[in-house]
Amino acid sequence: MSDNSTKNSICVVIGASHAGVNLAFALRKEGWEGEVLLFDKDPELPYHRPPLSKTYLQNEEVNLLKAEDSYQKDNISLNLGVSVNSINRENKTIILSDGSHQPYHKLVLATGARPIIPPIPRIENAKNLYPLRTAADVTNIRNAFQNSINKRVVIIGGGYIGLETAASIKKLGGTVTVLERESRILARVTAPEMSDFFMKLHSENGVEILTDKNVISIDVQDDVNTVNCADGSFYIADIIVVGVGIRVNTELAKEAQLVIENGILIDETACTNDNDIYAIGDCTFHKNPHYNRFVRLESVQNAVDQAKVAAAAICGKKIIYNAIPWFWSDQFNVKLQMVGLSEGYNQLFIRKEESETTKISLWYFKDDTLLAVDAINNPKAFVLGTKFIKDGSKIDTTKLIDASVLFKPLNLLI
Amino acid sequence: MAKITFITRDNETIELEGTSGSVMQLAVDNNVAGIDGDCGGVCSCATCHVHVAPEHQAKTGEATEIETDMLELNDYANEQSRLCCQMEISEELDGIVLQVAESD
Ligand SMILES: Cc1cc2nc3c(=O)[nH]c(=O)nc-3n(C[C@H](O)[C@H](O)[C@H](O)COP(=O)(O)OP(=O)(O)OC[C@H]3O[C@@H](n4cnc5c(N)ncnc54)[C@H](O)[C@@H]3O)c2cc1C
Ligand code: FES
Repeated sequence: MSDNSTKNSICVVIGASHAGVNLAFALRKEGWEGEVLLFDKDPELPYHRPPLSKTYLQNEEVNLLKAEDSYQKDNISLNLGVSVNSINRENKTIILSDGSHQPYHKLVLATGARPIIPPIPRIENAKNLYPLRTAADVTNIRNAFQNSINKRVVIIGGGYIGLETAASIKKLGGTVTVLERESRILARVTAPEMSDFFMKLHSENGVEILTDKNVISIDVQDDVNTVNCADGSFYIADIIVVGVGIRVNTELAKEAQLVIENGILIDETACTNDNDIYAIGDCTFHKNPHYNRFVRLESVQNAVDQAKVAAAAICGKKIIYNAIPWFWSDQFNVKLQMVGLSEGYNQLFIRKEESETTKISLWYFKDDTLLAVDAINNPKAFVLGTKFIKDGSKIDTTKLIDASVLFKPLNLLI
Repeated sequence: MAKITFITRDNETIELEGTSGSVMQLAVDNNVAGIDGDCGGVCSCATCHVHVAPEHQAKTGEATEIETDMLELNDYANEQSRLCCQMEISEELDGIVLQVAESD
């Protein structure tokens, strides 16, 4: 009996965001009786990141992941504003920024990712240039915006974060230009039809999106930036937001000689190559059994689901990570929900609902297998797609794109 | 001020008081088991699913289309279902009882 007791064990978690915080609470649910210690260098109480680019620019309240007293109630020690400098696997301790050592029995890396600041000449001199990953970044952007008279904002990068930020700043009354290096926005993640839809949405709402714009340098004069592109064009900016992607925080793991690929490599229980060290969330490279390939995902779903799997494993219960990935994005009045992984698709079917012109869903197939669905203002398509992908259903695509066929599973199956 | 009562899956009764914000946020702030609010309240995750007692349904009004769509294939959804991130706290909700819905 006593062998199974976790009473005298310590679980240390590096990173207190979506993955780390959910793991800590899941450990208690799974019956972990020992200590749980969360460390994060961010001094803010752990908060939801998705609203940062969506609503947080407008309303100044962060959405906390958990109420402050929840940590106490579940006996979780939350250590904020503390960086972890290294991991000593031999002694099973971590070393903190103040030099102190913290022993562990189980260690969880939930270190996530940080924004890339591209090596653009003179970018370090730019005035009011910010990435958007933390609450502090948003506070900086908001303050700069409020203090700016002309409110000309250039956003480098037309991915989800860039586009959401563009919409938010437009709503605040700024002049917004998005510069995208590729020939279309959202190129990495969706079909051209989706790029077109969002181009149109932004232009209707007064956001200028320019593609094939490779930023090559930034000049500053009198506190105003000039953003120069390879094609000779240039854009004036009082504020610059950089949204060109992320770099995974793998340094701690790498120094500790854990296996790193495109992220920290974990097995189906979120365990690394050290039996006492787990990794979860944005920082992981893991196999998705449904698609039978290794992926690195940046999503709340992945962080939360891996947290549950790791918590169970740490408590000696084996559940396998087998989730269908999903994601959402909100821009202006459009709600986008995506499920599955579309990479490798060779057929695309688009369904437009009869009544509303902005209710659209894109269905990505590889041969006759449904891989993914992008649902625009159409949660029904999202839930149907989720079920079909999970079940491996075969779908009658003629009926699927016929908006007069009622959107019910039985109507669409072969 | 509205008094809102949650009954968890383990039949624990939690009585709360709120003045503004969403019902989901009130539940998360007070650790109501089974209300996770993973998407932060934008009706994308369905981890804030509750059943409104029939005698209180008049207080909340009907679920919106986006809620019913999100719950379309949910095994535990019924006529009393709401995603409580879509319920704003107001005087009108005073006295309401919400049962946290089952999930897989
Ligand atoms: C603006 C924005 C919008 C987004 N919108 C969506 C969306 O709509 N839907 C969606 O599903 N996802 C969205 N995402 C992605 C989602 O937020 C991430 O997938 C999620 O935050 C991942 O959680 P995580 O805990 O794995 O990593 P992170 O959130 O990156 O957290 C990692 C934490 O570890 C800490 N840390 C790292 N190294 C150390 C160290 N050495 N010492 C101490 N602390 C350390 C960091 O400070 C950080 O707090 C968005 C992200 C951003 C930035
Ligand atoms: S909190 Fe996600 S749907 Fe309500």
